[in-house]
Amino acid sequence: MAEPLLAVRGLTKRFGGLVATDRVDLEVADGETLAVIGPNGAGKTTLIGQLSGDLVPDAGTIRFAGEDVTALPAPTRSQRGLARSFQITSIFPEFTALDNVALAVQAHAGHSFRFWTPARAERALREPARATLEQVGLGARAAVAAGTLAHGEQRQLEIAMALATRPRLLLLDEPVAGMGADESQRMVQLLRALRGHHTIVLVEHDMDVVFALADRISVMVYGRVIASGAPEAIRANAEVRRAYLGEEIPA
Amino acid sequence: MRSARALTLLAGFLVLGLVPVVAALANQPFYLDLFRRIMIFAIAAVSLDLILGFGGMVSFGHAAYLGIGAYAVAIPAFYGIHSGLVQWPLALALSGLAALAIGAVSLRTSGVSFIMITLAFAQMLYYLGISINAWGADDGMRLARRSQFGGVVDLANAYVFYYVVFGVLVALLWLGHRLIHARFGVVIRAAKSNEPRMRAIGFATFRYKLAAFVIAGAGGGLAGALLTNQTEYLTPSYMHWTRSGDIMVMVILGGMGTLYGPVLGAVAFLLLEDILSAWTVHWQVVLGPLLVLVVLYARRGLYGLLPGAGARDG
Repeated sequence: MAEPLLAVRGLTKRFGGLVATDRVDLEVADGETLAVIGPNGAGKTTLIGQLSGDLVPDAGTIRFAGEDVTALPAPTRSQRGLARSFQITSIFPEFTALDNVALAVQAHAGHSFRFWTPARAERALREPARATLEQVGLGARAAVAAGTLAHGEQRQLEIAMALATRPRLLLLDEPVAGMGADESQRMVQLLRALRGHHTIVLVEHDMDVVFALADRISVMVYGRVIASGAPEAIRANAEVRRAYLGEEIPA
Repeated sequence: MRSARALTLLAGFLVLGLVPVVAALANQPFYLDLFRRIMIFAIAAVSLDLILGFGGMVSFGHAAYLGIGAYAVAIPAFYGIHSGLVQWPLALALSGLAALAIGAVSLRTSGVSFIMITLAFAQMLYYLGISINAWGADDGMRLARRSQFGGVVDLANAYVFYYVVFGVLVALLWLGHRLIHARFGVVIRAAKSNEPRMRAIGFATFRYKLAAFVIAGAGGGLAGALLTNQTEYLTPSYMHWTRSGDIMVMVILGGMGTLYGPVLGAVAFLLLEDILSAWTVHWQVVLGPLLVLVVLYARRGLYGLLPGAGARDG
């Protein structure tokens, strides 16, 4: 059997006395969408942070595309094909939407020790950026300063920046956080279009979103993965229902 | 609005370019001296703004590079090497190297630590300067001759020297304009805006910030080489922390993160000093409140008050 694209073994991160992720094991196959769910404080964002390289784990290994990337810093992991979006929108507010995405393209288009040609005149940066903006539905907003975009649009821009790095694995940290019902619906459609073409690890609170997108679900509680499986199995799992889903799923 | 800005800039360059004519007509060679000094500090301020305004690296030690550039002219001159073709490249190289070493350490910190560590390095160099007796210690030393360029360019001629400095300033602004809009400039500006995001999309930001730090240091070194030629004197006080503060004030006054603002800041700062110090030695009593007003009400400094300066690219 082929090695999974992402294989996490025994991943542990402590903040003082708190064990934020406790011996987490995960596997994600190429092309699969894995949703990680769990109550607030379960360690989901800490997990994403360790996968993207922003946080250094205290123990455990992360293998990506057949190589151990545990010790690699975030920019190197991005170069290897890991891309993340942030739960709290993280963009370049003074730059236009197109500039934001063009930066992500630039990061993967050779080095940037170029001092003479205006970056805005480089078609090799602008055209893929424009195409990616179109893909997430922000084509008409290309020239708007990113900081003045609506919240939902900024969330779409987050996705566009991740996509523009041409990743092999997308780490999405609560992509519909703080969105209204309409915006949320549009985001689900966008993410659904990415399924199959991209391998995705999705951290999300909204169960409708999770069940609409996930091929498999892992449930985290207090830093540990207490269950993993197909959506139907998770829905039926008694321990999961007790720990997390509670009354949300009618019997 | 773009054309209004272009006209304003053109007018500014014309004024600087015509100072020698006015000075000659009015028979006031002092103006030549004053504006040459202003432009030399403008070169230092423009180079500081590359990291301070565009890169968000608050270096409080820019005078260190000014001093290294000055020593790179004065020490060879002391040993009889007067060629500017030796001295000036040496000034660029040594100040750039110093910036590489200082940046490699300092850029591992951020915020207040970064400010303090850059200040500490500059003060170390200052105390080194005042302790080397062979090179004048805290008295400094006289520069026997200005840098020589094989008789082609004679800096002893005040007009020639003026236009050399003017040319250096214009060239620096042109290079700066290209740089901040090129890939490199976009990276350092974006790293100022949101560094974690930069790392997440795949930029190893440290090397770009360090390169910017080196370029800024070399710019400061060039200003220092010009400054010893201007004063025909070398003193370690070029490296004193108050000098770093002066250059920083010029940047803030003129407009951080704008290309031409630091030039305006240098003009305003040194003209104020010149005019007010004739009245009182406590001329900074006026500068202080002015700086407060600019910081509070003019977001992009004096540059932001110019007609047509609304465009964000400065």
